[in-house]
Amino acid sequence: MIRKLFAAVAMTALMAGASLAAEVKPAVVYDLGGRNDKSFNESAYVGAEKFKADTGIAFQDFEIQNDSQREQALRKFAERGFSPVVAIGFSHAEAVKKVAAEFPDTHFAIIDMVVDAPNVASIVFKEHEGSYLVGVLAALASKTGKVGFVGGMDIPLIRRFACGYVGGVKATAKDDEVFQNMTGTTGAAWTDPVKGGELAKSQFDRGADVVYHAAGGTGIGVLQAAADAGKLGIGVDSNQNGLHPGKVLTSMLKRVDVATYNVFKAGQDGTFKAGVTVLGLAEGGVGWALDDNNKPLITPEMKAAVDKAEADIKAGTVQVHDYMSDSACPY
Amino acid sequence: MEWLDLIAQVSGSAIRFSVPLLFACLAGLYSERAGVFDIGLEGKMLVGAFTAGTIAALTGSAWLGLLAAILASVLFALIHGFASITHRGNQIVSGVAINFIAAGLTAQLGETWFKLGGQTPQLTNDARFMGYAWPFADALRGVPVLGQIYSQILSGQNILVYLAFLAVPITWWLLYRTRFGLRLRAVGENPAAVDTAGISVPSMRYAAVACCGILCGFAGAYLSIAQSAGFIEHMTAGKGFIALAALIFAKWRPVPAMWACLLFGVLDAISIRLQGVPIAGIGTVPVQLMQAVPYILTVVLLAGFIGHAVAPKAGGVPYVKEK
Repeated sequence: MIRKLFAAVAMTALMAGASLAAEVKPAVVYDLGGRNDKSFNESAYVGAEKFKADTGIAFQDFEIQNDSQREQALRKFAERGFSPVVAIGFSHAEAVKKVAAEFPDTHFAIIDMVVDAPNVASIVFKEHEGSYLVGVLAALASKTGKVGFVGGMDIPLIRRFACGYVGGVKATAKDDEVFQNMTGTTGAAWTDPVKGGELAKSQFDRGADVVYHAAGGTGIGVLQAAADAGKLGIGVDSNQNGLHPGKVLTSMLKRVDVATYNVFKAGQDGTFKAGVTVLGLAEGGVGWALDDNNKPLITPEMKAAVDKAEADIKAGTVQVHDYMSDSACPY
Repeated sequence: MEWLDLIAQVSGSAIRFSVPLLFACLAGLYSERAGVFDIGLEGKMLVGAFTAGTIAALTGSAWLGLLAAILASVLFALIHGFASITHRGNQIVSGVAINFIAAGLTAQLGETWFKLGGQTPQLTNDARFMGYAWPFADALRGVPVLGQIYSQILSGQNILVYLAFLAVPITWWLLYRTRFGLRLRAVGENPAAVDTAGISVPSMRYAAVACCGILCGFAGAYLSIAQSAGFIEHMTAGKGFIALAALIFAKWRPVPAMWACLLFGVLDAISIRLQGVPIAGIGTVPVQLMQAVPYILTVVLLAGFIGHAVAPKAGGVPYVKEK
C-alpha cells in the first residue's frame, strides 16, 4: 500500500516535472536603458522574440527603471513560476546571487557577469576580440590617423572594449592615435545621448574621423554626432549600421540574442546547465556587421584585412589582450 | 596656436552646453522675480523636450515641434500658477509635483505611443534645428583668434543658440525698461503696493509664469530636437536644478545669469575635453575627478564667492488681498 502510494506520488511528481518542461515559462529582465536601446538590451529582446517565433512559447520581460527594481523583478518572476529567468547586464549580479539562493529550483542566467551558484548560468563574451576587429577596420578607414572611442560607464568591462579596439588599431597602423572618453561613472552614463554627442564632437575637433562607442543609449548620440559631422561611427552590441546608412562604418556584434535564445531553448529542452560559458570569435559570440548599409564603406582590402585578423584570432596566432585579466592595457 | 584651438573648441562646446541652462535660468528669473518660486523648471523642460520630440517626429517640422513644446510647457506653468497663485498653495510643493508628473508622464506616454522604451522616434535632419555654417567659415578657420572665433564659436550653431543669447538683452530691456517689467519686479517685492496702484497681482503673476513656461519650452525643444535627434527618458538630467543654482548665483539678474550659465557650460566642456588628456606636471586626471569638478566648483562658488544673494522679498509668499 505504502509502496503504491510512493509510486503514485513519484509518478505525479514526474508528470508535473514533464508538464513544467513542456510549458517552460521563460522571462527576461533588461538592464537600464530599456528594451529598445537599439543596442545591448535590444539584442536580448531579438533573441527572445526569435525563440517565441520558433517555438510559439511566449515570454515575459521587464524593463527596470532604477537599481532597486532588479531584485524585485527577478523575485517576482521566480515567485510566479518563471524559469529560466535571464538577467541582462552585469549590474544584476548581486540581485541574481540573492534571488537564486531563495529559489533553488528556478533556473537563472546572467549575461556579462559570472555568478557562482548551482542554478545560475553565466554567459560572458570576449568583447575584446570583436572590438579588435572593428579597430582594424577603423584604422583602415581613418584618413587622419586618429580614431576615437566613447564608453558608457567607466567600468572594467567597457575598458575591455576599449583595449581590444586600441589593439586592433595599433596592429593595423602602429602610429595611429586613439582618443578615449568615458561618459560617466553612474548608471546615467548609459542614457545620456547629449553628452555622448558632445564627447564625440570633442574627438572630431581633435582630428578623429572614426569613432567607436560602447555606451548603450548614450551611443545613439555618438552615432548621431558622427553622421552630423560627416564622420564615421561604429556601432556596438546590435547591428546599428541602419541607424545612419553610409555613416556607420560597421558594428561590433555581441550576440546577446544568441545567448538569450540558447538559455530559453535549454530551458525548453530541459538541458539547462549552470556554470560559465565564454563566447568569443571562435564560438560565434562576437563579430562585426556587414550589410547593405555599410557595404560601400568596406573596401576589398579592408575586408581582406579583417578576415585575416579574424582567422588569426581563431587560430590563436593573435592573442587579443583582455583588460579584465590584469586591469591594464598594453597597447 | 594649439592652445588657441583648444580654447576655441572648448568655447564652442561650452556654448552648446549652456544654452538649455540659459533658457531655463531666464525662465526661472521671470517667475521668481514676480514672487513665484519655481523648482519645476526641470519638469517643464522635460515636458517641452518630450512634446517637441513627439510633434517633430509626427509632422516632420522642427518649428511645429518648438511651438508645441512651448504650448505644453506653458500649460504646465499655468498649472503651477493655478495651484500657487489662485489657490495660494505652497510653491515648492507644487513645483516638486510638476517635476514628478513630468518625469512619469513623458516616460509613460512615450512608451504607450511609440513602444520604443520611452523614447520618441529618431528624427531626420529636416525635423531638427541644424547648425548653420556662416559664409567663409571654413576659409577663416586658419586665421588666429578672430577666424577661430568666427568659424568655431559663432558659426555652425543652430538658431536656438542665437535666440538664447538674444533672450538675455530682451529680458533685461523688458524687466528694467518697460512698464510691464517694473510691475513684474514690484509684485515680487511688494505686491500690496502694486495692488494699491490698481494693478491685479494675480494677473501679473500669471503673466510671469507664462513667460517662464515659454522659455522652458525653448529649453526642452533645444535638448530633444536641436542638440539630439529625439527625446529620451529623463534627458534633462538635472539641468533644471543647475539652472536654479545659476539663478541664485546671478542674484536674479539677467546678464549675470548669462555669465553663470556660461560658467557652468565651460566647466562641463572642460571636463569633457580634458578627460584622459595628460596635463603637464600632474599626469592624467581620473575621469571621476574631472566629472566632479563642475559640482565642486558650484559648491565653492555658492558658498563663498557670490556674497549675499537676496531673493525677491515676496518670493514664495502667496498674495492675500486684504478684505
